[in-house]
Amino acid sequence: MKHLFALLAGLVFGTGIAISGKMDPAKVPSFFDIAGTWDPSLMLVMSAALVVTFFGYRLVWRRSKPLFEQRFQVPSSKLIGGLALFGVGWGIAGFCTGAAIPALGTGGFFIRRLIHPTPEPATT
Amino acid sequence: METAFTPFASLADGLLIGLGAVLLMLGLGRIFGATGILSGAIFVENREEMTRHLALFLGMILAPGLIFAVTGAMPALAVPVSTAMISIGGVIVGLGASLGSGCTSGHGVCCLSRLSVRSLVTVPTFMVTAAITVYLILHVIGG
Repeated sequence: MKHLFALLAGLVFGTGIAISGKMDPAKVPSFFDIAGTWDPSLMLVMSAALVVTFFGYRLVWRRSKPLFEQRFQVPSSKLIGGLALFGVGWGIAGFCTGAAIPALGTGGFFIRRLIHPTPEPATT
Repeated sequence: METAFTPFASLADGLLIGLGAVLLMLGLGRIFGATGILSGAIFVENREEMTRHLALFLGMILAPGLIFAVTGAMPALAVPVSTAMISIGGVIVGLGASLGSGCTSGHGVCCLSRLSVRSLVTVPTFMVTAAITVYLILHVIGG
């Protein structure tokens, strides 16, 4: 049941990523290309997600513990340098981890790339 | 590089992403961090941890299939960069996310909502380095 719940959370999260925008690597350079043709879609994605987590987490934390675990576990981060590096990679590839996993599920792209390793024009 | 501004789809996207993160907190009391899920599904800490990570991973990877089942169309995915750039970028993303113990989902969506001082620093940091990288690639090196 616990893992079914995790699967559901992954599915909802992944669906959000996959519907539009964040999974599409063309959207990432567009968002950061403020000097060129700026597309603010990604900002809306993040803002909407933040509003939901901001209020959602606070509601959830009124409980003394999660549904299937004994306590809430909220980690703290370590290195800012690592995240600076992460941004560089994100800018180069257009994929972050959260976007790459659902993208794997579309299958097609990775197979096409194996056959024709050339960039595709943005279609969206 | 031009992409269409898609306000409604993006808002729906964000709502679902946030909802997924809240569901995980409600059920299992965890932050939704994609990098942790991926590494946790590969590198076994213990059986319990791995099963949780695999379940989350499976849910995420099934999402495009669900969209296909409902709408009859696979989500569009245009990849404008070369395979070499994806590979290089991918390695840097993995390295950076491991060193910084988090990525866009963990730091950007989950921790930022707690208004922790750390994430108020880390999120702008990777946003800025990503913007500089995109600027260099598109306008200095040339796309």
